[in-house]
Amino acid sequence: MSKKVVVIGGGITGMEASVQLSALGYSVTVLEKESQLGGHLNDWTVLFPNLRKGKEIVSFLEHGLELQEVNIIYNSKINEIKKINKHYEILLDNQKSIIADAILVATGFDLFDAHRKEEFGYGIYENVITSYDLEKIFAKGGEIKTPSGIKPKRIGFIHCVGSRDEKVNNHYCSNVCCVTGVKQAMELKTLIPDAEIFNFYMDMRMFDTHFEELYLESQKKYGINFIRGRLSEANEAIDKRIVIKVEDTLTSRPLKMTVDMMVLLVGMEPSKGTKEIANLLNLKLRESGFLKPEDDHTMSNVSNMQGVFFAGTCSGPMSIKYTFTDARAAVTKINCYLKEYELQNRIILN
Amino acid sequence: MSVFGFKINEGRVIDYDKTDKRIFNYLQKNEPSFNLCIFCGSCTSTCSAGNFTDFNIRKLKMNIRRGLTDNIEKETEKCMLCGKCFLICPRGVNNRNIILKVREALTKIESHDI
Amino acid sequence: MREEGKKQIWKDYQKEIADDHFFYVRSCIRQSFFPGSETAFINILREELGKDIYEHPDHTTCTGIGYHSDLVPFETIMTVVARHFALAKEAGYKNFAISCVTSFGIYSEIIETWKHFPETLEKTRENLYKATKREFDIPENIAHASDIIYKFRNEIAQRAKIKLINIKTGEPLNIVEHIGCHYSKMFPKYGQGGAEFPEVLAGMIDAWGGKVVDYPERRHCCGFGFRQYLVQANRGYSVANSKKKFDSMEPYKPDFILANCPGCSMFMDKWQYTISEMEGKTYAENQQGIPVLTYEELAGLVMGYNPWDLGLQYHQIQSEPLLRKLGIEFSVEDKYKTKDGRQMPIPECPANINF
Ligand SMILES: Cc1cc2nc3c(=O)[nH]c(=O)nc-3n(C[C@H](O)[C@H](O)[C@H](O)COP(=O)(O)OP(=O)(O)OC[C@H]3O[C@@H](n4cnc5c(N)ncnc54)[C@H](O)[C@@H]3O)c2cc1C
Ligand code: SF4
Ligand code: SF4
Ligand code: SF4
Ligand code: SF4
Repeated sequence: MSKKVVVIGGGITGMEASVQLSALGYSVTVLEKESQLGGHLNDWTVLFPNLRKGKEIVSFLEHGLELQEVNIIYNSKINEIKKINKHYEILLDNQKSIIADAILVATGFDLFDAHRKEEFGYGIYENVITSYDLEKIFAKGGEIKTPSGIKPKRIGFIHCVGSRDEKVNNHYCSNVCCVTGVKQAMELKTLIPDAEIFNFYMDMRMFDTHFEELYLESQKKYGINFIRGRLSEANEAIDKRIVIKVEDTLTSRPLKMTVDMMVLLVGMEPSKGTKEIANLLNLKLRESGFLKPEDDHTMSNVSNMQGVFFAGTCSGPMSIKYTFTDARAAVTKINCYLKEYELQNRIILN
Repeated sequence: MSVFGFKINEGRVIDYDKTDKRIFNYLQKNEPSFNLCIFCGSCTSTCSAGNFTDFNIRKLKMNIRRGLTDNIEKETEKCMLCGKCFLICPRGVNNRNIILKVREALTKIESHDI
Repeated sequence: MREEGKKQIWKDYQKEIADDHFFYVRSCIRQSFFPGSETAFINILREELGKDIYEHPDHTTCTGIGYHSDLVPFETIMTVVARHFALAKEAGYKNFAISCVTSFGIYSEIIETWKHFPETLEKTRENLYKATKREFDIPENIAHASDIIYKFRNEIAQRAKIKLINIKTGEPLNIVEHIGCHYSKMFPKYGQGGAEFPEVLAGMIDAWGGKVVDYPERRHCCGFGFRQYLVQANRGYSVANSKKKFDSMEPYKPDFILANCPGCSMFMDKWQYTISEMEGKTYAENQQGIPVLTYEELAGLVMGYNPWDLGLQYHQIQSEPLLRKLGIEFSVEDKYKTKDGRQMPIPECPANINF
């Protein structure tokens, strides 16, 4: 009988890993807490860095699953995970129990809750929205209006919201929000050609393939403005527009600007689901709360518990490209493990 | 000396080999958060003093790092010690205390203690 | 502005405020510029709410203004504060009620310093003992006096004689709140409602029927800044800070400004005169200026105290138009009379402010 792998979380990571594990002949069960697969991928209409549709990726993943026999349990809530010799027994809240020879944790990320940056006024000033809210507006289609109902003439994007900020206890960079800001600025400019768009940043982190080119294009073709200064606070003007205050660090002077709409580029945090599973399985976490591999260079995807692996954004911020790569890397590790080839047996000399 | 109707220009380069790093060193020792600044400007933006004078708390710290300390005493006097910059800082830099420590360092420099 | 959003934040910053037995420490500035405020506070607590509130005759200035102006070293001010703690200990009090926001900031800063650097606490104990033979405990509860009025805002509302509404229109008054920087900007957890949207004054305004006005420069400092104000040549930028606030709040037509810091109240009140003299600009309709009230004065008005007992006549911006809006009766003749009926000199009317 084929060995059993349970994948916890059915986002991109969980879906791709399941397909590949199944193709290798393992019997795979996906436990997804929601009623659909895809995770955050469902939230993004058009993707960086090449502006292709998010739906295309979903269809690729779904087709993969169709071709394989993967058992998917939706709306599943895991109550307990017991280790019995080399196996795990996963108990769901509907009393069902599932045996696993290996577990892949693919529980993903949560968006930073922008309410926590009180001084930015999210939830208090109506024309402050997040990058997620803007995606919902894009998805709806039609004319772009601010929450106050006007066609925005000036829009400000705020980088690093909830990332690189000790005040919310997130020291890390979320990787994807700079390029998301550039992408969304370009999309808005396409929809409202006479709008002025400003991105307020600390550093433009355009590290990956085609990111810098996208940044260049946003300046060259779209005339997006970039101001090097972090938002210190936002206020509401009498007409409900938003007053932004930053230091324009390159002229060394405080700068004030009123915008019709302010978009907060929210970062990633370890998901609640990740924390729950880490707790049930006693997995090691980084200071940031993301899952911690046994060794940063040589043991990525390998947890401190025998037979438990992880991949995707539950281990740190990453874009879709890396999520795929990471899922596939985890599959080879699980494959080796189930064939009794243990990476841990290799020696590191120091 | 002869007058030729022109002056020989002073160098504009920050000559890092020659500038005065005593305050910089003092701060590194006595207010470790000084090292954490990423020069994002949030403090300057929110600073009451910087809204009406050319006081720039971020630039002040940068100047100290480079050893450009000529006007430093006058500059630190502009700070109102209100603490808003500490509240806003994403790196937890204690600017208020930095100002106090700069003043302390200046007294020590005057009395040849550092 | 969504009220629910603010309320959500307030939930995260509920500080503990003692219920009774307060050791009251007065403010140098408040007693000088708002002479009725502290008496009103004590009366409200003692007479109306039946609380025990104690004042020690040996209490002194906290020396905060000297500290912020580089005249008083930190070691000295820690010892001064420790002495106040010793007085409270000797009198058997564990809860501090602090009138001044500068002092409140000083107390908070010192207690935090002691927490993080225990050696400074030991050194202070030693210094105090050497100087006075006194010993002290860190109080169990530190509250600003506005926290205490906030805590009892509903009890005050129950005894209210008036509501903060315009009796002619029936509409709530537009009230601008101004929180002193040192109330919560240094340590948000010490402030009721935190630092970004403090609840302390907003809570009073809500409970007493008014409407809080949020304007773009609400969080900005009044410009006091200690050394800035103390040096005459620097006052220009002290006043510029207040002006920035007035210009920003003006379109909202505020009926008055409510402040919890005596320094802020004084500057926001008096700078309006300065601006009117220097630039001919007077705020509010009919060039009457925007009245600035302390929370004690406002609580007193709400409970039906006589405005002249509260000391409103000593403000730069006069309050009669506000009193009329609120439907509060007052005697014109008594305005500048002493308690025993003697006439005091009547101040001249400024050139550019209408009464
Ligand atoms: C604002 C924003 C925009 C982005 N735009 C792009 C883009 O344009 N291009 C790009 O390349 N990348 C983009 N990304 C990154 C992309 O979203 C991620 O790389 C990708 O979604 C990560 O997938 P994942 O499977 O690791 O996690 P997730 O998408 O978070 O999926 C995790 C899944 O696990 C489930 N789960 C969680 N906990 C449990 C549990 N305890 N039990 C069962 N199930 C559980 C969840 O319900 C979810 O379905 C963006 C990210 C952000 C924040
Ligand atoms: S990717 Fe850019 S916006 Fe996001 S946290 Fe990093 S630097 Fe900030
Ligand atoms: S090449 Fe890109 S990633 Fe590297 S330092 Fe420059 S901007 Fe950063
Ligand atoms: S806010 Fe903090 S990190 Fe940013 S410039 Fe100021 S001190 Fe530096
Ligand atoms: S403490 Fe000084 S530097 Fe910081 S905001 Fe206040 S005035 Fe500016």
